[in-house]
Amino acid sequence: MHRRKFVKKGTLTALASIVGADIVFGKNLPIDYKLLGLQDPDPFKMFNKDSQMVVLNDKPWNIEAQAHLLNDTITPNKYMFIRNNGKIPEDIDLANWTITFDGESVKQKKTYSLDELKSKFKQYTYQLTLECGGNGRSEFNPPAKGNQWTIGAVSCATWTGVRLRDVLEAIGIKDDAVYIGYHAADTHLSGDPKKEPISRGVPMAKALQDETLLAFKMNGAAIPLAHGYPLRLVAGGWPASASGKWINGISVRNKVHDGTKMTGTAYRVPCNAVAPGDKVKDEDMCIIESMPVKSLITSPKTGAILKEGKSLDINGHAWAGELKVAKVEYSIDFGSTWKTCALEAPTNRLAWQHFSATIQFPKKGYYEVWAKATDSKGIAQPMVLPGWNPKGYLNNACHRIAIKIS
Amino acid sequence: MENKEKVQNSFKQIRHLAIGIFCVFMAMAVMLLYLLVDPTLSAFKFDSGKKATTNEYVSVPESDADFDKIENGVHVRTGFVEGDGLMLVVNNCTNCHSAKLVTQNRMSKERWLATIRWMQETQNLWDLGLNEEPIVNYLATYYTPTEEGRRKNLNAIEWYELED
Repeated sequence: MHRRKFVKKGTLTALASIVGADIVFGKNLPIDYKLLGLQDPDPFKMFNKDSQMVVLNDKPWNIEAQAHLLNDTITPNKYMFIRNNGKIPEDIDLANWTITFDGESVKQKKTYSLDELKSKFKQYTYQLTLECGGNGRSEFNPPAKGNQWTIGAVSCATWTGVRLRDVLEAIGIKDDAVYIGYHAADTHLSGDPKKEPISRGVPMAKALQDETLLAFKMNGAAIPLAHGYPLRLVAGGWPASASGKWINGISVRNKVHDGTKMTGTAYRVPCNAVAPGDKVKDEDMCIIESMPVKSLITSPKTGAILKEGKSLDINGHAWAGELKVAKVEYSIDFGSTWKTCALEAPTNRLAWQHFSATIQFPKKGYYEVWAKATDSKGIAQPMVLPGWNPKGYLNNACHRIAIKIS
Repeated sequence: MENKEKVQNSFKQIRHLAIGIFCVFMAMAVMLLYLLVDPTLSAFKFDSGKKATTNEYVSVPESDADFDKIENGVHVRTGFVEGDGLMLVVNNCTNCHSAKLVTQNRMSKERWLATIRWMQETQNLWDLGLNEEPIVNYLATYYTPTEEGRRKNLNAIEWYELED
């Protein structure tokens, strides 16, 4: 009798983590059966996202939050933005997942299984801010090409994994190492198997930081599929594209990594400021490293109407890439005067910080509350759009909410 | 006694007549009911009967029309604005990526063309041939930048009463 193949236990666990629930009777599933849950065209159900999340693109999937959805101190999955360059990998085989370290500057090529990574190296948990380099792109003028992110392509979840440094030290890296580049299991939109949708990386100094993780848990559970299950790189404070998802390889390079979206104009801004709309040659574009200081008012939601005489409590988060936020201020008179907000220290380096204030309004009318953060080097957010750049990166102009006193 | 027999006979005749009339009425009722269901008596037209039943299963081209339906000047399936070159754009620009990647962008003719060149050089987009010009014209007409200054007004605000 022909024996039907049934799914392995490891794959079942993987499927369960994707669906977000245990698959009862899962062992009876034929091996090539696609769960209805994965065929569901509703992205909110498919990715367990809140229905107020905004879909910018459905091929590839790109979804952002709104300011008021990001009020939690630790961002839960349902409010976490999704940014994809290619197609999300399918049929992830947890039991056979490996990561291979190679490149010009490793002393030896080495492959680890997930279990080996977890058992051989000490595990760490950090809360890390991940912001898309193009967050805020929609405001640039002349408009920049790409997904038109408004303000919601930022998150700050907790990530658990092993330090990339510990693994690199165990393998042994040569003195000429300059950069690491990741390789991943997502596939190119054109279907061309030879093309990598994205293969970015960071300089050695960032790769060797305590907080740079090869992570396998987000907020204490397996990483959701859309966020890189079963293994991703997390390099907090840098454009989130440096934190590769579905990682199956790391190349240690003796030059700046030249993978997809490392070269040309991708994730680069003009080395010297240019006028809006100027043409910039590729060689005059520089790679974005630390993200700039920024803040979001996450409560109340924009559009609140208050009775005259009532005070308004505001709160939100501020972050500054590699740096700490030193100060957050608010203005209700379009930036003419500023008052200081209460500001908490970060949980750990590269985690966002929480601010709050209570505002009194002098009389009836329309107001905008503006928030402005200043980093530990004294650099503050601009009120208007910062330096125009061809790809629309790094818009850290102050966040504004509208308020009416009636 | 004779009288009694006569009465019985006439009762019998009346009963037979009544049964006869009842049967005629019933037959007419059945025919009328049948006519309600099949007014053309198609079940009795043996030659055309087959045709009529098979006709019921001929596919209607309605779904094809729905596939590229345009409502309020928008191509429903993709969200593209109706205009010259629409179907060329649909057929050439939504194979790899979503139409949303196009419709959320605003570029000049020159930059749309540069984007096409970039996709041809790096993303496996094919040569558009004679379709290139109408495609670029469509994009630069309906998805063209507008001057918006250094910072926009806050817009699309949904006002709500803030409770304590």
